[in-house]
Amino acid sequence: MLEFRIEARRGSFRLEVEGRFASEWTVVFGPSGAGKSTLLRLLAGLDWARADEPVRGRVTLDAIELTDTDRRLRLRPGRRQSGMVAQEPALFPHLSAAANVAYGLHGWDRARQARRIAEMLELVGATELAGRRPAELSGGQAQRVALARALARGPQLLLLDEPFSALDGAASDALLERLQAWARANGVQTVLATHDVSDALMTGAEVLLLREGRKVALGPAANVLAGERDRLLGRLELS
Amino acid sequence: MDWQALALTLRLATVTTAILLAVAVPLAALLVLGRWRWLAALEALATLPLVLPPTVLGFFLLVLLGPRTAVGRGIAAVFGHPLAFSFDGLVVGSVIYSLPFAVQPLVAGFAAVPESLVDAARLLGASPARIVTTLLMPLARRSLITAAVLTFLHTVGEFGVVLMLGGDIPGSTRTLSIVLYNQVENFDYAAAGQTAAILLGLSLLALAAIYSKGLKRGSARGGRDA
Repeated sequence: MLEFRIEARRGSFRLEVEGRFASEWTVVFGPSGAGKSTLLRLLAGLDWARADEPVRGRVTLDAIELTDTDRRLRLRPGRRQSGMVAQEPALFPHLSAAANVAYGLHGWDRARQARRIAEMLELVGATELAGRRPAELSGGQAQRVALARALARGPQLLLLDEPFSALDGAASDALLERLQAWARANGVQTVLATHDVSDALMTGAEVLLLREGRKVALGPAANVLAGERDRLLGRLELS
Repeated sequence: MDWQALALTLRLATVTTAILLAVAVPLAALLVLGRWRWLAALEALATLPLVLPPTVLGFFLLVLLGPRTAVGRGIAAVFGHPLAFSFDGLVVGSVIYSLPFAVQPLVAGFAAVPESLVDAARLLGASPARIVTTLLMPLARRSLITAAVLTFLHTVGEFGVVLMLGGDIPGSTRTLSIVLYNQVENFDYAAAGQTAAILLGLSLLALAAIYSKGLKRGSARGGRDA
């Protein structure tokens, strides 16, 4: 279970949100600029230490404290057992796809590393890309490799920020299905940020609806998204 | 041709460059990756030798490293001799004098590596040292080479600090710049021309290395730079 209470400022934007994600798969839904990416980065442990824009709050995963600013506790991103894939894959340009996946497996013996790389690349459908550099990959291929890299370390918390934006609908749906099955089988709590309602409906057992940095609703996907649909229809009728 | 001075100059430049790269890489990484407010002051301090007249810097170091200060006496106890008017003293002076020439290209190169890549490495559990060695250094390879070449050349050509701190002791502190100065003082323009040509040749050779074809090809393989 992921619990959090976060207050952050980014220029004129303020994020003030708290929540408890009980479901293994949660969708953070909202329009662009709602604060989805800011929230996911903070959950991943990034951006807490920016001296110019201080952040306050607390994050726990399965009752383990990851961050608590009141107690000056801030677990480093790499020690939170979390993985993150953002819209921009951020692959290391000087390394092959396989070496990118291996980056997080520092200290593993070579045979175990090789098995894990093959397993992860197969999971995301990128086995044939192992030897290619990021410059030789399409946007969708790069996103697949970035996902394999995030999964390879076996995270307990997986944070996905519109990670399949470069894939077409069918490929994105297929990958999401495989990923959901893998996460369920491995007991990985997953948070997916999206502004695509079909992604939210397809995958979301639980949805957090964000707007302008505030929580609007948190609950079962059908209820939350139905409420949002009614709100949008109401605005349409008013106009 | 004063071969002894040439050898001493090259030795001084090599030692200074090696020490400065070892110091400047972590310092530049700290300036780029660090989040503390006082880093701006540290960067200003590291840049100070760029605007400080070499004779002023040399004078301060001469006083500081001389036998009249506690620092100078402490260092003399460690090294077994005072640093002023010695090769070791020249190395200390050169390292401080050339510090900005190593740090500035590295800061520019490291800062040009996208923050998203550094975040990705952090999320994958990389320590700051691993981020520097596996990410920043390979991606800012050209800046590393630039820093090394600029440091080397700057040390080869330095005069004010060497004269103030080292004097003119053959085999110990007499570098090519001092030889050139002495030759001009003695109206030996033929020898001075030869010495100046060597200094010019070294500079051209090193700068050609920075812009060489091989380096550009290396950069295209994944190097990012400012």
